[in-house]
Amino acid sequence: MLKVFLRSLFVVLCLAGLSEPALAVAVDQPLDDPRQEARARAIHKQLRCLVCQNQSIEDSNAALARDLRILVRERITAGDNDEAAIRYIVERYGDWVLLQPPVKAGTALLWIGPVLFLILAIAVMVVWYRRRSSPVAGAIEPLSSEEQDRLKNLLADRDQQ
Amino acid sequence: MLAELGHYALVLALSVALIQATIPLLGAWRGDQGWIALARPAALVQCLLVVVAFAALMHAYVTSDFSVLNVATNSHSAKPLLYKISGVWGNHEGSLLLWLLILVLFGAAVAMFGNNLPASFRARVLSVQAMIAVGFLAFVLFTSNPFERLLPAPIDGRGLNPLLQDPGLAFHPPFLYLGYVGFSMAFSFAVAALIEGRVDAAWARWVRPWTLAAWCFLTLGIALGSWWAYYELGWGGWWFWDPVENASFMPWLAGTALLHSAIVVEKRDALKNWTVLLAIVTFSLSLLGTFLVRSGVLTSVHAFATDPARGVFILAFLIVVIAGSLTLYAVRAPAMKGGGLFAPVSREGGLVLNNLLLSTACATVLLGTLYPLFLDALTGDKITVGPPYFNATFGPLMLPALIAMAVGPMLAWKRADILGALQRLKFAIAATLAALFLTLVLAYDGPWMAIPGIALGVWIIAAALEEAAHRLRLFRAPIGESLRRLARSPRSAWGTTFAHAGAGMVIIGIVASSSWQVEKLQVMRTGEQVAVGEYSFKFLGATAIKGPNYDAVRGSFEVRRDGAHVDLMTPESRSYPEPPMETTEAAIRTGWGGDLYAVIGDPTADGAWSTRFYNKPMIHWIWMGCLFMVLGGLVSLSDRRHRVGAPARRNKNAKPLEVAKSVAGE
Repeated sequence: MLKVFLRSLFVVLCLAGLSEPALAVAVDQPLDDPRQEARARAIHKQLRCLVCQNQSIEDSNAALARDLRILVRERITAGDNDEAAIRYIVERYGDWVLLQPPVKAGTALLWIGPVLFLILAIAVMVVWYRRRSSPVAGAIEPLSSEEQDRLKNLLADRDQQ
Repeated sequence: MLAELGHYALVLALSVALIQATIPLLGAWRGDQGWIALARPAALVQCLLVVVAFAALMHAYVTSDFSVLNVATNSHSAKPLLYKISGVWGNHEGSLLLWLLILVLFGAAVAMFGNNLPASFRARVLSVQAMIAVGFLAFVLFTSNPFERLLPAPIDGRGLNPLLQDPGLAFHPPFLYLGYVGFSMAFSFAVAALIEGRVDAAWARWVRPWTLAAWCFLTLGIALGSWWAYYELGWGGWWFWDPVENASFMPWLAGTALLHSAIVVEKRDALKNWTVLLAIVTFSLSLLGTFLVRSGVLTSVHAFATDPARGVFILAFLIVVIAGSLTLYAVRAPAMKGGGLFAPVSREGGLVLNNLLLSTACATVLLGTLYPLFLDALTGDKITVGPPYFNATFGPLMLPALIAMAVGPMLAWKRADILGALQRLKFAIAATLAALFLTLVLAYDGPWMAIPGIALGVWIIAAALEEAAHRLRLFRAPIGESLRRLARSPRSAWGTTFAHAGAGMVIIGIVASSSWQVEKLQVMRTGEQVAVGEYSFKFLGATAIKGPNYDAVRGSFEVRRDGAHVDLMTPESRSYPEPPMETTEAAIRTGWGGDLYAVIGDPTADGAWSTRFYNKPMIHWIWMGCLFMVLGGLVSLSDRRHRVGAPARRNKNAKPLEVAKSVAGE
């Protein structure tokens, strides 16, 4: 439902909301050097389309995404290495453009969170097992000698009857 | 006129829901049979009223009554009938009405068929259902009225987003909602049990079929959505970890955990508190998902501010439901004592591990989905949490769960022997090693992740099959006995086999299609040819065609393999006038080995066309696997212990006869 409606809404925005003429799937002119093109494509996959929801510019139809793709190709042709090309884009659009959030103070909790969840969940499980296993341990403890005697007597009683 | 009737029916439904939410609850508390008995007719009347409202809105859509604002904004007279109907839930107001409709239908189902529930418990369940309905009815009536009039009426509507004009999408929201709302049943049962102060095996037997049904619908809904994204959006992706997808995936994860923990309550009378908590969490996540997406807050925190009435209502409703049920839980749960004891290594222990990992994974998805919102709200920093984050966190968390899910069904209840279980899985282990070896030999030059990935999928499928073989004593007992066992073994066990094997298929589909995909993007002229893996695509030309409510360009591509003709693929690029929009219709050829996927884009200035081709090996296994999971759920749902009441009664009648027969036989 939702996911798709909203996503399509963004696609609509991507396609119709911008003043530039709408595009269907935008396939732009690849770079002549296949190795450079492969690098550009790899970078495209790490950058988000600015007007879409969580789509890389590689996957987006938006005109803005195409502009970014062309920009990346320009940086690659200009001799930037991958980091420099990405840095160039991030300097202009902010961390927001990176699909993988950078590790820094503001995102520390985001990256540590899953590990904390797991540790917490395991801790809860261990405590829970411990707490409930104590009665089990009690139940299967061997009988004391006194109890052994009582049991013997009881059985003897029953045998006599 | 009909629109006003629909509006009025909603108002009446709200008042009925208010009564249903209070009187039966008080009646159950005071032991007043008359008040308790009110629950049933109230649920039925409420259902009838919402059905009337929904029918009124649908009538407005089908007859293209553009004096109704909602219809004018979201429909168009030239749309095919199917999309006029699906347009009803293709927007905020209408989708909430659909949500309500499903909610009251489920409530009516409990009222009609819940004969085997104690009357006071049924009254409490229906009251809790009605409380949810009150929230939604008030939200619809006060902030999102679908029956608002637009005067003067426009000549024609603004039309439904063409991307949504698709059969796959027409049924996607209803299935998703059936799933979300189905979990409301688990929630209502959980809250009613907390109020009653009793959770036992019988409770789990009522809750499990509802949870199973909801889970099946949700699985189907998510699968439909991703399949639609795959064939309609035109870049061959099917899952983007976008917040809207995550919103439906979180209830699925929690619901899957709930499904498994309810087994332990039912069979072993343990994990009660946890299961009740999961039921509350699962439905809370469904609510959160509905509202997060519907409020637009996911796009930007500022969407909240553009319609403060809706935003504030949603927040308040979420807080009341979640905080209210959790408070009740905190007060009542400690009093409920778990029964059955078990060792960590046991069937129950395996299900605990399943729950531990699924809930951790669910919490991770929640964190990743909401983090940018909170960071933006608190510091103004904008970040994107995209697929790389989820692949790096969710993946490793699910890995042990997937490895373990193959062994779980082999473990004995109470106390099990892992080595013994692994010994009984020797064929599965052999198959996994063979898969490891084969992928290593055949795909040594591909991404290394593919090798353990495929082996994992094979491990899950092979273990599911071997477990079933053990159940039938296949090849170890005469075939006659195996057949007898096939007829007698419980359907729920078969459900596990199908669903687990389905999960293995999904894994294989994901790993194979992402590791060995071949992708070609280029600009082509008529007569040119491109090689895509072992296939070649020849561009035969593009022609303009006219559809019912769009114009399109259709490209023709001849696909050959080793020089032999395979297929003619004809992707389209459509342009809709109302609302103005371009869409791609990818041409997809599904074969045994996977999909060929072709897209035609824009012409260049000098008459060439941009094109995209993919060869996606085994990608259809993803959706086949989902269907297997749903099938597993349905098979399990048909288990005789869920066909509540009926078999027991028949047995009672049958008994004297059988006794007579056996006496006569002696």
